[in-house]
Amino acid sequence: MAIKFKEVSHVYSQGTPFEKTALKNINIHIEKGQFVGLIGHTGSGKSTLIQHFNGLLKPTSGEITILGRNINDPNTSLREIRQKVGLVFQYPEHQLFEMTIFKDVAFGPENMGLSKDEVEHRVREALSMVGIKEEMYGKSPFELSGGQKRRVAIAGVLAMKPEVLVLDEPTAGLDPKGRDEILGQIQMLHESLGITVILVSHSMEDIAKLVDRIIVMHRGSVALDGTPVSVFEHVEQLERMGLAAPQIMYIMKALRDKGLDVPTDILTVEEGAKALAALLKKQK
Amino acid sequence: MSYEAFITKAGEHMEHIVTGKGLVYEYFTQNEKGEIENRFRALDDLNIEIEKGQFVVILGHNGSGKSTLAKHMNAILHPTGGTLLIKGMDTKDERNLWHIRQNAGMVFQNPDNQIIAAIVEEDVAFGPENLGVKPEKIRKRVNEALAAVQMTEYMTHSPNLLSGGQKQRIAIAGVMAMRPECIILDEPTAMLDPVGRKEVMETIHRLNKEENITIIHITHYMEEAIHADRVVVMDHGKIVMDGTPREIFSQVETLKNLGLDVPQVTELAYYMQKQGIDISTEILTIEEMVDAIWQLSLKK
Repeated sequence: MAIKFKEVSHVYSQGTPFEKTALKNINIHIEKGQFVGLIGHTGSGKSTLIQHFNGLLKPTSGEITILGRNINDPNTSLREIRQKVGLVFQYPEHQLFEMTIFKDVAFGPENMGLSKDEVEHRVREALSMVGIKEEMYGKSPFELSGGQKRRVAIAGVLAMKPEVLVLDEPTAGLDPKGRDEILGQIQMLHESLGITVILVSHSMEDIAKLVDRIIVMHRGSVALDGTPVSVFEHVEQLERMGLAAPQIMYIMKALRDKGLDVPTDILTVEEGAKALAALLKKQK
Repeated sequence: MSYEAFITKAGEHMEHIVTGKGLVYEYFTQNEKGEIENRFRALDDLNIEIEKGQFVVILGHNGSGKSTLAKHMNAILHPTGGTLLIKGMDTKDERNLWHIRQNAGMVFQNPDNQIIAAIVEEDVAFGPENLGVKPEKIRKRVNEALAAVQMTEYMTHSPNLLSGGQKQRIAIAGVMAMRPECIILDEPTAMLDPVGRKEVMETIHRLNKEENITIIHITHYMEEAIHADRVVVMDHGKIVMDGTPREIFSQVETLKNLGLDVPQVTELAYYMQKQGIDISTEILTIEEMVDAIWQLSLKK
């Protein structure tokens, strides 16, 4: 089990007039190797939730176990948990600060007290995983394009060899090509390294394309939890919560309502095109 | 054409809110000795005319020059070559600065960086106050601007409790209170959830239709362009495509080669074509797509 929440609540400024309950009675189990999409409108509690994944925030009540360790236990090393659960915040490129790309990515592993050789090995490995070529290593991170900067920032987290990777809106503000590149890399990391990935996104299309499971947050609680097909079935409920289903699902639903025999489990445009082509050819 | 002749000609076309001719914006990096190392042209001999009342969407990959062009329209940046006129006023002439900024207001990406006051109505009043509008008139303008973005009920609220979409609407109201002819929005929806995006898009379409405000909207979401009057595609500081949404998005492969995308509906038509189905890629909306497939299913 990678992450286990039992009756977790988080209240900000407890006992003051500004008291605000951000999480209410959360129960979630995330297995190792899962690819989970986390959705919810602004203010639904997503960001508070993910900050509990590596102990940046502690629950005001309830129990959290991360990779077998209880984070409330004073003997648990939070430092170790933060290495094993890598958190990539929104706009991570704003956190780049070193003179060169290489040094920036080396910052995390150096702080782990690893040998110079091991640090170098990890930096090279992490940068090649995100598709940054060796001739770029000596450049300033500020010379890069938006998408490249973001990949360098993700490499900084990967160099710590996390077992769980949490990404908060990794594609916000990127153009379609940059978005596809980042998502492609994340998918590859999940498949080749088998790490657990938790992806926060406002793009239902991206979520539908990638994840095995979706958790929907609403007003600090888990509103829906299941496979993409089962979650996106609840279109009206999602819309009431400020969310939506991928566009392709609206098309499929409208065609079903007109009486066409289209499959109900279509999540991506490619799948939709195949299914519709097959249907139209069969009819002829 | 001489500069004088150009200005005169532009003056005759007062329905053009934006007139740019041969625009160049160049910047460079220096090494430690102060020598120029790299030159970069963010705008490269770009020509553009935007008519009053148009809803224009500008697309282009990161670094294609979209934001640089937007910042020129608000006179935050000045062209290093060529001339840009806003309502016939040259952006390089400092005497025009206040007039240009009042006429062409800007809204940026991050909703949290644009709100400065502790109360919604004070934030909206900031622009007209700086223009020297009389207090009783400011009251009227603030009320009208908040009504235009449908945020009247939040007038006395604190902005930090609003959602991202609501904050962007307040930012738009702040621009509206200056009574502009044109609003330039630089990725205003990039950080919003689906409902926030919808709120902002509905607001700017309404301002365009009801108040005849010229809208220049920069985005990476192709879906936000389908109801525009005109789509302009930029690459390497130049305009490479310019037409109606249907004309632009039907060219699926050209757009993909520019690092862009097409709306999901158009992409579906494109993939169906590849599967041998006779369907047009000039389809933009869900309704059109459902209709087209229904018609195809009836043909036997």
